[in-house]
Amino acid sequence: MRFLSYLISGISLGSVYAIIALGYTMVYGIAKMLNFAHGDVIMVGGFSAFTIISMLGMPPALGVLTAVLVCTALGVVIEKVAYRPLRNASSSLAVLITAIGVSYLLQNLALLIFGSSTKSFESVVNIPALKLADGQINITGETIVTIVTCVIVMVMLTLFINRTKAGQAMLAVSEDKGAAQLMGINVNGTIALTFAIGSALAAIAGVLLCSAYPTLSPTTGAMPGIKAFVAAVFGGIGSIPGALIGGLLLGIIETLGKAYISSQLSDVIVFGILIVVLVVKPTGILGRKIQEKV
Amino acid sequence: MKKLRLSRQGRSDLITYGIILLLCLILFLIGQSSYQLQGLLVPVCAQIMLAVSLNLTVGILGELSLGHAGFMCIGTFMGASFSIYMEQFIPIPALRFFLALLIGALSAGIMGFLIGLPVLRLKGDYLAIVTLAFGEIIKNLINMVYLGYDSSGLHFSMNDTASLGLAEDGVVIIKGPQGVTGTPTDSNFGIGILLVLLTVFIVLNLVHSRDGRAIMAIRDNEIAAESVGIHITKYKLMAFTISAALAGLAGSFYAHNYNNIKASTNNFGYNMSIMILVFVVLGGIGSIRGSVIAATILYMLPEVLRFMSQYRMLVYAIVLIVMMLFTWSPKAQAWKAVQLAKCRKRLRPLTDRFRKKSSGHMTGEGE
Repeated sequence: MRFLSYLISGISLGSVYAIIALGYTMVYGIAKMLNFAHGDVIMVGGFSAFTIISMLGMPPALGVLTAVLVCTALGVVIEKVAYRPLRNASSSLAVLITAIGVSYLLQNLALLIFGSSTKSFESVVNIPALKLADGQINITGETIVTIVTCVIVMVMLTLFINRTKAGQAMLAVSEDKGAAQLMGINVNGTIALTFAIGSALAAIAGVLLCSAYPTLSPTTGAMPGIKAFVAAVFGGIGSIPGALIGGLLLGIIETLGKAYISSQLSDVIVFGILIVVLVVKPTGILGRKIQEKV
Repeated sequence: MKKLRLSRQGRSDLITYGIILLLCLILFLIGQSSYQLQGLLVPVCAQIMLAVSLNLTVGILGELSLGHAGFMCIGTFMGASFSIYMEQFIPIPALRFFLALLIGALSAGIMGFLIGLPVLRLKGDYLAIVTLAFGEIIKNLINMVYLGYDSSGLHFSMNDTASLGLAEDGVVIIKGPQGVTGTPTDSNFGIGILLVLLTVFIVLNLVHSRDGRAIMAIRDNEIAAESVGIHITKYKLMAFTISAALAGLAGSFYAHNYNNIKASTNNFGYNMSIMILVFVVLGGIGSIRGSVIAATILYMLPEVLRFMSQYRMLVYAIVLIVMMLFTWSPKAQAWKAVQLAKCRKRLRPLTDRFRKKSSGHMTGEGE
């Protein structure tokens, strides 16, 4: 019974990682860059919702909506100002460092506006907790909402990519930018759209994360961001089902590791398993092996 | 008349050493101006060494590593523990410090070798994430280590101070998350300059050697390098291990600047690794000189910007983004090329006149 409740909270944490990892993986698939500022977009989402709900006293739904809108706009602006000029730079590391700069910028802006003290975040979920098996298993409303949201997001995203023209354009751009452009696809627009979707997902993840763990500070997004990045690589970066599997596995391993082995060692276990997986299967669980041409 | 003839390479190296000495002089003068800046002189040397050693992995070997701070961390804790434990056996501080630096470099080098062995078959972003993972593992494990000594020898535990089982005269060296306490502060700016020069000397000589050329061949095209008989794993491991060892050296040197040092996310976690990577990329990937200059400027920048108080890290972030855009974006590069050409054109009459004059004096002087 205990194990089951740990498992459920692991799946819940994993769902958040999966939603964040989706943003990483989509951006990586299309722009071939590691967006180190993604974790800080989560934090911006959390603070946007916090401002609307706790500081202005508006309803939670409006807070979530604002967070999504703010982050979407932010993602598009970051892409346009900081990443697009470097898309054809001679080294792919250049854009990575710019992303780090953007990450510092967002963290320090938040520090200036909201201060360094940790805020307590009011949960946006008001579903009562579910008690199963005579109260031995307690599933909080946040857990239910997180898991349901993750499923909805996955289904919507898969439908969007496979069934719509914009989604197909995304696939085409991630496959071959030049050829896609020749087919009349607006490459810049498609990449901007990817960043918009990724950032909107980050906002949702931010609100869910802050609801489940009700604290908020300018560095809130950093560790979940890194973990989600690990999850994305775990599942095979660039693959959408891979992000889901990686995220869920990571969440479950972390929670079980914390519960049964040692809370100090949980990060060591997570990273250790990542290393083993990658050494055995160098492109992640669902990653495609790209044949090198001579 | 016999003249000292230098190859192009040798001249370029001399310029690098000259730049380092000049930077050190400037730093020394800046350090005189305020107490805070003086406190940065030793760390800045460590940062330069870290940047140069990471450049060996990123620029010369061409593999992205995000776990460089992990190697520094090993060097720091091994070096510091050695110094504290050996204080009773080796009374000469200079010798003890030298050995501590050696131990730091050696232990980090061995770790680099062990990690590199399985990991270097990964490529690109996968290698980056695995090195990041190793860096985090090292930092987390060191936060759990308890180490002490008493008359019966060293004691080691992963739980807490009590489980060390020390005798009454025992001294705790590493106290888990509280870090290592009681390191003799042997480091100073002079030794720092020597170590920076040593690091640069090692890296530059490696780059110019046969082994260095093999490493760069792997960077440029792995398959082509393999087909001409270069042992890929051997050379990759060589570069990675040397890079790790130099990071360990920097770490041990850094440790001896502080009485107490903790392995937190900011000084040994991925934040630090990323910081070092920023130095390398901003200075120019593969350019040793660039790493030295970028590390110095970027490390001193927050301190210099102190008058802006709470806005300084914001300004730092903006400066970083703008500098990256300006140095790397193809458009900015094209613009700079045009400006440079214009500048040359304007200066041509001047340089022509100079050339005529000097060629009159030095006939037969080859470029």
